[in-house]
Amino acid sequence: MERNQTRRQIAGMRQSLFDQGLVDEQFVQLEELQDDANPNFVEEVATLYYRDSSRLIQNLDQALEKSPLDFNKLDNYMHQLKGSSSSIGAKKVKAECTHFKEYCRTANREGCMRSFQQLKKEYALLKKKLEAYFQMARQAGPSNATCRPK
Amino acid sequence: MGMMKIQEQAQQQDHESFGMNFVRRNRDRHFKILMIWIVALVLIGFKIFNYLEAGNKERRKEVLTSMCDQRAIMLQDQFSVSVNHVHALALMVSTFHYYKNPSAIDQETFADYTACTSFERPLMSGVAYAQRVVNSERESFEREHNWTIKTMDREPSPLRDEYAPVIFSQETLSYLESLDMMSGEEDRENILRARATGKAVLTSPFRLLGSHHLGVVLTFPVYKSRLPPSPSLEERVKATAGYVGGAFDVESLVDKLLRQLAAHEIILVNVYDITNTSNHLIMYGIQNEEGDTSLVHISKLDFGDPSRKHQMVCRYHQKEPIPWNAIAPAGCFFLIGFLVGYMLYSAAIHIVKIDDDFIKMQELKVRAEAADVAKSQFLATVSHEIRTPMNGVLGMLGLLLDTDLSSTQRDFAQTAQVCGRALIALINEVLDRAKIEAGKLELEAVPFDLRTILDDVLSLFSEKSRNKGVEFAVFVSDKVPDVVMGDPGRFRQIVTNLVGNSVKFTERGHIFVKVHLAEPSNTMTIKKSETSLNGGTKEGLGTSGDCQFKTLSGFEAADERNSWDTFKHLIADEEFHLDSSSNRVAAYETSDHVTLMVCVEDTGIGIPLHAQDRIFMPFMQADSSTSRNYGGTGIGLSISKCLVERMGGQISFVSRPQIGSTFFFTAVFERCKKNAFKEVKKPISEDLPSGFKGLKAILVDGKPVRAAVTRYHLKRLGIHVELASSIKKGVALFARNGSSISGNVMQPDIILVEKDLWISGEDAGMNMLQLDWKQNGHVFKLPKMILLATNINNVEFQQAKAAGFSDTVIMKPLRASMVAACLQQVGIGKKRLPGKDMNNETPFLQNLLSGRKILVVDDNRVNRRVAAGALKKFGAHVECADSGKAALDLLKLPHSFDACFMDIQMPEMDGFEATRRIRQMESEANKQMNGESTVEEAARKGEWHTPVLAMTADVIHATYEECLKCGMDGYVSKPFQEENLYQAVAKIFESKPVLEP
Repeated sequence: MERNQTRRQIAGMRQSLFDQGLVDEQFVQLEELQDDANPNFVEEVATLYYRDSSRLIQNLDQALEKSPLDFNKLDNYMHQLKGSSSSIGAKKVKAECTHFKEYCRTANREGCMRSFQQLKKEYALLKKKLEAYFQMARQAGPSNATCRPK
Repeated sequence: MGMMKIQEQAQQQDHESFGMNFVRRNRDRHFKILMIWIVALVLIGFKIFNYLEAGNKERRKEVLTSMCDQRAIMLQDQFSVSVNHVHALALMVSTFHYYKNPSAIDQETFADYTACTSFERPLMSGVAYAQRVVNSERESFEREHNWTIKTMDREPSPLRDEYAPVIFSQETLSYLESLDMMSGEEDRENILRARATGKAVLTSPFRLLGSHHLGVVLTFPVYKSRLPPSPSLEERVKATAGYVGGAFDVESLVDKLLRQLAAHEIILVNVYDITNTSNHLIMYGIQNEEGDTSLVHISKLDFGDPSRKHQMVCRYHQKEPIPWNAIAPAGCFFLIGFLVGYMLYSAAIHIVKIDDDFIKMQELKVRAEAADVAKSQFLATVSHEIRTPMNGVLGMLGLLLDTDLSSTQRDFAQTAQVCGRALIALINEVLDRAKIEAGKLELEAVPFDLRTILDDVLSLFSEKSRNKGVEFAVFVSDKVPDVVMGDPGRFRQIVTNLVGNSVKFTERGHIFVKVHLAEPSNTMTIKKSETSLNGGTKEGLGTSGDCQFKTLSGFEAADERNSWDTFKHLIADEEFHLDSSSNRVAAYETSDHVTLMVCVEDTGIGIPLHAQDRIFMPFMQADSSTSRNYGGTGIGLSISKCLVERMGGQISFVSRPQIGSTFFFTAVFERCKKNAFKEVKKPISEDLPSGFKGLKAILVDGKPVRAAVTRYHLKRLGIHVELASSIKKGVALFARNGSSISGNVMQPDIILVEKDLWISGEDAGMNMLQLDWKQNGHVFKLPKMILLATNINNVEFQQAKAAGFSDTVIMKPLRASMVAACLQQVGIGKKRLPGKDMNNETPFLQNLLSGRKILVVDDNRVNRRVAAGALKKFGAHVECADSGKAALDLLKLPHSFDACFMDIQMPEMDGFEATRRIRQMESEANKQMNGESTVEEAARKGEWHTPVLAMTADVIHATYEECLKCGMDGYVSKPFQEENLYQAVAKIFESKPVLEP
């Protein structure tokens, strides 16, 4: 009974990820890749993503403090972040990356700053949500059958 | 016949072209030519006139001559007769007066005799005899006769040498008696001459005594003794006894004579004494110049007096008449010639004018055509130019929608996107139309699966039709080949267009797409069966209910052709063909082309009658309110028509307002060759799961057309279907099958029931079915019962479950692949990938990738992991490298990788550079290998070429070209999309077999 409830809770959390537009179809695809051979594939990828992206964000932070801004470098970092984000299906983060790159292209410092703040916010939110979700999933046990959304 | 006609025409054209050429060459000289023609005509006319006139004159002259001569001869004859007679008279006088003594003649005798013989002297008014009296004998003579000699003036004669008094005279000349003839000048001279010559002598004309007519006097000598031969003058004078004289009353007597002749009034005759050549004395006729003096004929007259000369002058009484007989032909000739000339002239003028007009028209036509082409080109260009920025707008809108927007903003942006899409769709249509008009539309000829195309169209509209509650079905006749050659895109466009219209305008009932062969034999069978089964239809109607039509949904359709009555014969025909499949194949292989007949039938609002004839015209809709209510531009049908015509077919429709429309079109496709068909089968036709082959199903459906459609789809999956028109019958069928298990009769695996039959209160039958089943105590598993429905609500669904139906309801419209998926969901059919969905590419990717060794190069750990995970899922062995350098190390030859997925944007060495180096390495190795090829390397068959696929997030054209330039084999999007991945992988692995098992 309790297990069932947990499951429902997990499903609800998962659904909310989609509903809030935090993740997209790519996330589903990742889930699909998860099978007996790779039982924790999604979490594994997510962990990789956190590690990778926090490093990148740190780099970006530093780069943004410099003056004048090295837009080329910024763009490079952001490209990597964007690639990672799109791989995991982090929809909002990815959208923000796109904006940032756009500002970079036009050398809009103000825009870059603003966009980056927004990005960090989205990133933090996503991270929080995903971590909670994975934790719950782990608790529920290895057989967390992720049913596809109909 | 035809040939001859053509030849004739050609000849005619030759003729025409000669005349035409002449007319065209001399276009400026027409008037001159006309003038020359007229002048020539005048000249010729004049010649003709002259010729005729000369003839006239000649004739006139001849007539005059002959008449004149005739008169002259006659006059002469009469004259000489008279003269001869006077001669005779002279001889008589000498004989009877002088040789007889006494004289036997006296005045009385003479008068009687001459009176009696006067008819012998027609020209003479009378004769008289004068005796020669010398002066010495005068007295005795006067005494003897008892009168004195008188002169002409009736005076007693003065004294003279001799006298010649008249002693005898004819009665007409009795006044001459006793007159001395020698007293008159002319007579005297005459007497002297006559006496001297002894011959008849004439006087010159003078006015005769008594009548005062012009006349001449003839005198003859009478000798009293016989003259010696050739007497001298003196002898003659001596012998002369007297003189016989006669008066020719020329005027009246000649007149009388001439009057007796024909045509005496048309000529004037004058007789002249021309002894004195300088002064012609007129003897007869009117002196003054009267009549036609231009033409005169002169005839000589010989009156027997050699010393006198006479002539006759004749001329016409009237002037020559106007020569109509000459003028008329000449005039006619001129007139006719002139008219002909004028006609030709005006014809030439006309021809030239028409020719000019024609040239002008042709010019205009060329210009108009050019303008039309220009218009189409303009449309095409403009449409194309609009499309490019519109794509940008749409792309940006898409990006905008990805951002965090408030709900209002999102709404606005979405609206803008929808509008933009509509605009693009419209522009595409206009472009299409313009392309077709400009003749730039090229139809492809590639093999394609018709059924798949129709399934696509069906799925495109299934959502809409389901929402509207409209039944939507596709049926393809079995006789239609699986794969045909043609333009799938255009075919799809036509069908989509027609179906789209139907969906748009249909609120209830059904939309039914039917494809069958449009072969003559087919239609014949239909017609035949129609006539033979007229009785049967009524019966069928009776059982099926009150006002139900035997169409797909039971609603009335505009065209009866799709109703069951004809439809079943089509199917029956097919089954017959299936039985004798060898025949069928033989018949099929004969022709290279298939003509397909596609019908799209709906039960929508129909087309108003007044609009039916312009429905295929571009931008024409049934009425202006249509676009308001339903949208659209009305260009679709005209494009469809063009496309159908390009495909060698025709499009037409039958429509009844408020009942529905049925559109038909035919299209000609090439038949696919058997071997070609096998080669292309996989990529072009949707691969239907094969796990259903040999299954059996009972289909419970009261509507035969719908049942046929369902059966068609199940048949495609390889499921054998039995029909039952109601649940009871289905149960019966089932029971029958169940009771005879031992035989090889049908043991159904599935029972499919239409929702409306089940709803219509036959639960009892359903329960009975199950009951029956249980009672029989079968050892076999229960057949799955599945509901077919267009729409179903939750309550109904629960009820259905309770009634024993499976979880899954097969939702209409039916599609073979969808049916397969549903069936698999309820556990029918073997699944190839347990737990996975029915994604089309998955099994192929599995096939292609399993066992392959693949290197993934990406600096981004997350991406790397994801890519590796995805590839591993399909059974590939994946190794990873985090930079271009690492990849180069791993790919040092020889290596065992089958492919490499390479990220493009990497620090230090990007994907392009890495690939370039790999290729460099490979080519070096290949060179070496060619030099010293070892057995081992030869076994690797050929050269080193590791397929390298780029992974890129932004798949734009430029990137792709650069990929190819540096030696990559293709690209995949990042993150992987199965379809895209499949395409790229299929391209590189298709030719190579899997090395490892």
